[in-house]
Amino acid sequence: MNRRMGLRLTWAVLAGAGADLAGLGLIAAAAWLITRAAEQPPLAALSVAIVATRAFATGKGVLRYAERLTGHDVALRAQAATREELYEALIPPRPPRHGGADLLSRMVDDTEAVQDLLVRALIPAAAAALTGLAAVVVGLFVLPVTALVLVAGLAVAGVLLPALTAAAARRWSARIAPARAALAGSVADLVHGSADLAAYGAEDRALTAALAADDDLAALERRQARVQALALAGGTLVQGLTVAAIVLLAQGAEAGPVATAVLALTALVSFEPVLPLAAAGERMAGITAALRRLKEVRTAPAAVAEPRDPAPVPAPPYTVEVEDLVVRHADAARPALDGMSLTLTPGRRVALVGPSGAGKSSLLSALMRLVEPEAGRVLVNGADLRAFASDDARTLMTGLTQDPYVFQTTLRDNLRLAGPEAGEEELARAVREARLEQWVERTGWDAQLGEDGRTVSGGQLQRLALARALLHDPPVLLLDEPAEALDEETADRLMADLLDATRGRTTLLVTHRLRGLEDVDEIVVLEEGRVIQRGTHAELVAAPGYYRDLWESEVLTRSR
Amino acid sequence: MRAERSVRRHLAVTLAAAVVAGLLVLVQAELLAGVLSGRFAATALTGLVAVVALRALLAWTQGAFAGRTATGVKSALRRRLLERLQELGPARLSDHRSGELVTLAGRGLDRLDAYLTGYLPAVAVAGVVPVAVLVRLFAADLASAVIVLVTLPLIPVFGALVGMTTKAVTERQFHALSRLGGHFLDVVRGLPTLRAFGRARYQATVIRQVADAHRAATMRTLRVAFLSSLVLELCASLSLALVAVPIGLRLLGGTLDLTTALLVLLLAPEAYLPLRAMGTRFHASMEGVAAADAAFAVLDGAADPEPATPAKAAASAGPGRGAPRIELENVTVRYPGRDDPALFGVSLTIEPGERVALVGESGGGKSTLLHLLLRFVEPAEGRVLVDGADLRELDPRAWRDRLAFVPQRPHLFATSVAGNIRLGAPEATPDEVRRAAAAARADEFVERLPGGYDTPVGERGANLSAGQRQRVALARAFCRPHAPVLLLDEPTARLDGRSEAAVVAATAELSEGRTAVIVAHRPAMIELADRVVRLHEGRVVSDTAAHRRVPSPAPPPPDNPSSEPPSSGTPVATSSSGASSAGVSFSDARPSHSPSSGTPSSGARSPDGPPPEPGAPGDRTADDEQARSGREETVRAGRQDLGGDR
Repeated sequence: MNRRMGLRLTWAVLAGAGADLAGLGLIAAAAWLITRAAEQPPLAALSVAIVATRAFATGKGVLRYAERLTGHDVALRAQAATREELYEALIPPRPPRHGGADLLSRMVDDTEAVQDLLVRALIPAAAAALTGLAAVVVGLFVLPVTALVLVAGLAVAGVLLPALTAAAARRWSARIAPARAALAGSVADLVHGSADLAAYGAEDRALTAALAADDDLAALERRQARVQALALAGGTLVQGLTVAAIVLLAQGAEAGPVATAVLALTALVSFEPVLPLAAAGERMAGITAALRRLKEVRTAPAAVAEPRDPAPVPAPPYTVEVEDLVVRHADAARPALDGMSLTLTPGRRVALVGPSGAGKSSLLSALMRLVEPEAGRVLVNGADLRAFASDDARTLMTGLTQDPYVFQTTLRDNLRLAGPEAGEEELARAVREARLEQWVERTGWDAQLGEDGRTVSGGQLQRLALARALLHDPPVLLLDEPAEALDEETADRLMADLLDATRGRTTLLVTHRLRGLEDVDEIVVLEEGRVIQRGTHAELVAAPGYYRDLWESEVLTRSR
Repeated sequence: MRAERSVRRHLAVTLAAAVVAGLLVLVQAELLAGVLSGRFAATALTGLVAVVALRALLAWTQGAFAGRTATGVKSALRRRLLERLQELGPARLSDHRSGELVTLAGRGLDRLDAYLTGYLPAVAVAGVVPVAVLVRLFAADLASAVIVLVTLPLIPVFGALVGMTTKAVTERQFHALSRLGGHFLDVVRGLPTLRAFGRARYQATVIRQVADAHRAATMRTLRVAFLSSLVLELCASLSLALVAVPIGLRLLGGTLDLTTALLVLLLAPEAYLPLRAMGTRFHASMEGVAAADAAFAVLDGAADPEPATPAKAAASAGPGRGAPRIELENVTVRYPGRDDPALFGVSLTIEPGERVALVGESGGGKSTLLHLLLRFVEPAEGRVLVDGADLRELDPRAWRDRLAFVPQRPHLFATSVAGNIRLGAPEATPDEVRRAAAAARADEFVERLPGGYDTPVGERGANLSAGQRQRVALARAFCRPHAPVLLLDEPTARLDGRSEAAVVAATAELSEGRTAVIVAHRPAMIELADRVVRLHEGRVVSDTAAHRRVPSPAPPPPDNPSSEPPSSGTPVATSSSGASSAGVSFSDARPSHSPSSGTPSSGARSPDGPPPEPGAPGDRTADDEQARSGREETVRAGRQDLGGDR
């Protein structure tokens, strides 16, 4: 947090404290005014109190308004800064476990914790502390012993109770969160699986399970409510007892009605900003958990080490050599890629085939510097890929990656992100090559895509991703399952066009469809991370083995 | 309902506790004023302590019972909502956005908490306490009471005025706010894509700009929104000053005693406080009201043609238990809110034991036809007969008991693999489950799972690959060996070649001796069928017996510009092995690559025009036929799982 943020935060706290103090001043001045007036002094003696009463009354509202505005402004700025920091931390590739979409949503929600931390906890707590301090100072001047009682009361209500509620919330959320997840799971089963349940006459069983999960959650929530109610009752009790004790002490010390009234009412009002802190304490449990998760994300090691002095990118054309590459994903027992070698000379097209989990995508990840190989190396024109900045490595080798994403923006911008400089002509060509032109015509270039906008089917998404890859036109084109999620006919046409479009381009194609592969220069068959076969289509079909089996089952499922 | 009665009782206790606690503040003020003015002896402090203790007790009661009320209301609503969802049935459920329904029944209802535990008690207090305070003030000091009485209504009036302005401003900004607010998540989710195209760093600046815009827009709304609390705060505190200053002056003049003055000072804020509390809780509670509205919309919504309850009380599953003959008579199906019928005047007879493949592009009505047979949807016109009995006359559950269904996207439940297979046959023994799995080619990968059949499949089958999920769903169908009707919705979609071959082989066995209706788009699946029915825009456009292979006119290609041959460069291929019968199949999607062919090769059972085989040059000869029959063996033997180890 920089100095300007600190300054803004200070203003927010001061405005909050000012509002609370004005409330305190209002009641103290009014109490003084009334009790002093009962002693019937000359009017002039009251005029200051009268003015003060009115000023405090106005100041309280205005300062509260100022506090809320500055508080939210600073909180939004802090949130934006947190998000920026988080984003910067996420730019270098991460090991895959930080990837899931739900995890990402939660991470983004977590950045809102910063806002809550400031608006709900930090600013009110600081303001309450200043107000309490002022009330204690008033007590010290009037009758020191009452100040002691007040300090004790405020400490219980403002420190002890919030600490207890925070601890309780931590304990309860640990029990309620799984119950909530169980309920959500069984409700999701009921809704998403309704066809399966209805078809198999299992609706009643599923409903019973969901209602049982609801009962469990309700029981926990009831117990949590009782604990929260206890904190509320505790606050009321402490406030009342403190005021009673102060009155007793003041009367015992014969402080006189003016002093007693001022002391008692000041004490009473000083609790008002303090009592809500119990609820803030409860929220703190969630906030600290969120902040901890964010910190974990920020400090998680990047997937690949960046070189200290990145080597300059060599000049084209590029020859890529993969030598005995071993890739292992976070403490997996078996390496995903286990000693793979491959050479991509300029213009050469190589296809990678094999069952899912064979290590095809792992190789692409290693080439794009998204994972650090355990052993072996990748050479680009003889230079180790690790010598380049990973951003530079990805300018050499990239393309269609797994799980392409549609952004919530226009179709044009969704495509153009792969080629910011591209003109209309180039966009149109990429769209044509990816067989997307009809859809583009129907939808329009300026249609909003993504969550709020038009939905994009799996096939359209895949073709959009392909259009991006073709528009980007990297020196070495990587294509990860370009025909994935397409229906048979479209997939066939797409692959055919693709093989046409990539003629003469250095290409590494991951696929599980063998159709059309007779055109590529080399086919590498991977299984369990190892190369089990390699050669041209004709060679591989001629020899018994995985490729021929796969080819034959593909032929069989196609036609007879 | 008993549960709802107890909810009402809990709510009554909550409100009573809140109101009594509010009234006790009056007593507290009375005692405090008495003690401070010296009218009451210090012993009155005992009373004060007792009042405080009582308030604490009531606060606890209020909180605890509010919790009971909230959970009670949520449970009751949730129960009714879930029951309603079941009544709606799968077809209409898919009309709603299912994700929203899940959220609504889960976290959505939690938003009611603020309404039930915060707002309702605040309303009760606001209805009683200010009146009580006014009554007491009138008794104590008329002038102050009048000031409070006059200023008190300003709070709701200003609150409503500012609230309306805020609403207008918020609504104007809402779209921008939600768009800007969602931007960050959008970018983070798409980060791998941005990274792949070297745009990740550039987006950091965009994020900053968007965050600034978002903050500016938010602050614009907040400036107005917070005005309401400013006005309320000012009303309350200025009124207090308005009360206090005249009292002081009158004390000075000796026309008022100190006890009354202190009482007025202590009581006056208590008149405003409940109204302000109600105001601040109003906004949070409105989310809960919206959630309740959404829930009631689902509960009340679509008071629609309930599946006509069978005329006869003893509705049966239809005559006979064997494979039935199914007839569709001029059936039209409409979905609410859509102009075009999903099925239009479809007539179709499916003989017992016949295997029918439904083909055609998506949206043509294939799945609707299956849903019709499942009674997820009812015909708007026409009827469906099962062995001559109207399907509507049959008890849906008893009828579905005769079906085995594999949906397009089978849902796996968060239980064990065995539990998932046993879905339609809860009594099945482990042995029967294993047999079903084996028949569905699922046994190998299941046995390799860490816990075998007891392995949890994870939420929505997250621990399994698409091919494995599909085979578990097939095993589910196999686990109902008595079901004479098989309904399959694209069972090989999203499978790779070997998994597909395994599933096709399993399906062939499963459909043996049963009436089977299979939505298919891959040749291998289609060729299992005795008959191929092509649906286009809700109508049957062709109905070809597989063995006849009479080319029937294909519908015009709906949207297909490309007329290039599909594959790279083996034009000779078209001439061999069955060629493309224009009859059924994909002629729309794979146009004109061999328009002139259609020389049916004898004996081939395939109704489908096979695509040219790219790697199978035209010189495939009779040897190939032999090779192929051998190949089938290869495939059947090669059942090992490909999607397995991910």
